[in-house]
Amino acid sequence: MWVVVAVVAGLLGWLVFAYNRLVTLKNQVANGWKQIDVQLKRRHDLIPNLVSAVRGAMEFEQQTLERVIAARSRAVAAPAGAESVAAEANLSRALRQLFAVAENYPQLRANESVLKLQEELTTTENQLGFARQYYNDVATQFNTQQDVFPASLIAQRCGFQHAELFAAADDDRGVPAVDLSLHAGR
Amino acid sequence: MNFTEQQRRNRRRTQLLLGAFVTLFGVVGYAVDVTVIGARLPLATMTAALLAAAIAGLSWRNGADWVLISLLAEPLRDSDPEHRQLANIVDEMAIAAALPRPRLYIIPDPSPNALAAGPTPARAVLAVTAGALALLDREETQGVVAHEMAHIGNRDTAVMTLVSALFGGILMLTDWARRTLAFGRQRGAGANPLLLTFVVVLMLCSPGLSRLLAMAVSRRREYQADATAVALTRNPEGLARALEKIAASEFPLRAATRGTAHLFIVSPLRRRVDDRDGAWASLFATHPPLAQRIALLRGMRTD
Repeated sequence: MWVVVAVVAGLLGWLVFAYNRLVTLKNQVANGWKQIDVQLKRRHDLIPNLVSAVRGAMEFEQQTLERVIAARSRAVAAPAGAESVAAEANLSRALRQLFAVAENYPQLRANESVLKLQEELTTTENQLGFARQYYNDVATQFNTQQDVFPASLIAQRCGFQHAELFAAADDDRGVPAVDLSLHAGR
Repeated sequence: MNFTEQQRRNRRRTQLLLGAFVTLFGVVGYAVDVTVIGARLPLATMTAALLAAAIAGLSWRNGADWVLISLLAEPLRDSDPEHRQLANIVDEMAIAAALPRPRLYIIPDPSPNALAAGPTPARAVLAVTAGALALLDREETQGVVAHEMAHIGNRDTAVMTLVSALFGGILMLTDWARRTLAFGRQRGAGANPLLLTFVVVLMLCSPGLSRLLAMAVSRRREYQADATAVALTRNPEGLARALEKIAASEFPLRAATRGTAHLFIVSPLRRRVDDRDGAWASLFATHPPLAQRIALLRGMRTD
């Protein structure tokens, strides 16, 4: 008799524990996703300022600047999901190209507001990378937790679904490599 | 070895060391209670544990503020581009570690160094010397900040508070035993000279032994913070280069004392033992040899 009670109690306890762990992970995944959105929004806000700050000095590079502006508007307009991910990756590439070209304009390196904007964009790019890294880490945990036995038994019945990971899209993943700011020349 | 395996290994070793420490405290307490004082209740052990816990608890709660005051730390200036960059880097690492951003301070000292303190991640502080900001580039600063965020995330203030409580408790116990024995008032072991000899030897050895254990825990936490930093940045090279640059710089940190040395990323006292390797020199250091840490970082895979 007591054995049965103990087994049932243990089973119930495990159920509650496993379910709560899945819910916690799910919320962490959702929060990780939101962090990425915050950084994307911040990047969208910074770009117009940067473009107008460098425009004067980079008048021969209109094409590069136009590409950044176009990529930004596409990224802002893209609906959430795969399309947005692709548009953001495209924006990252356009920005990287802009910074590469900006290296040829020494007067930009002496301009304080440009330097400040560059640092802000550098950190936004990095924070974006780290937010994705964190998202991928918790999403992997969440997915693993759904797959391992015996948690997999309740994961399916309670309607938990796998979170999608960020693929290491071509050059968009290299997190710490970005250094466009104050010490880049050292 | 990748950083996850490193982290697991360090965690296991810390647990072993802490287990050994608690055991030592128990043995010393038992010896003092039974053979020296002759009490039925473990009075001395309990008193020592309570006193040490009270002192440690106080320093755990307020230690960060004491440290900041003793190092003359200043808050960041928003007008300084270097300071703004530091704040940005800390934000990056806070995101990577999923921790709140700690309070930030600059220590006005030319010696390159950094420290983290505070009882919980929500109340943590992170301080970087002006020398570190001047010497290190963005990637290297990121490595240093990641190491400090790792200390915060790994709850190392709590670990080291526990260690100093055990250390202090053992010192109290041996001190009481020494006084009791010196005045010849011992009761329990009066009849057994062999047991008494053992207790005397234990009393003589345990302060040194517990110091060794405390240092071993401190060094293990440094290795762990290095491994966790790589987990955060996925870039061992930044921290490795930062440590190299710091190793090559000559300044000791003037305001640092033995009480605060274990908080820093590299020992601020720069005694010779910190730079030499070899088992004997390492035993008495709060930090592992820099060459060893750099070699481990360079060999760490990030897959």
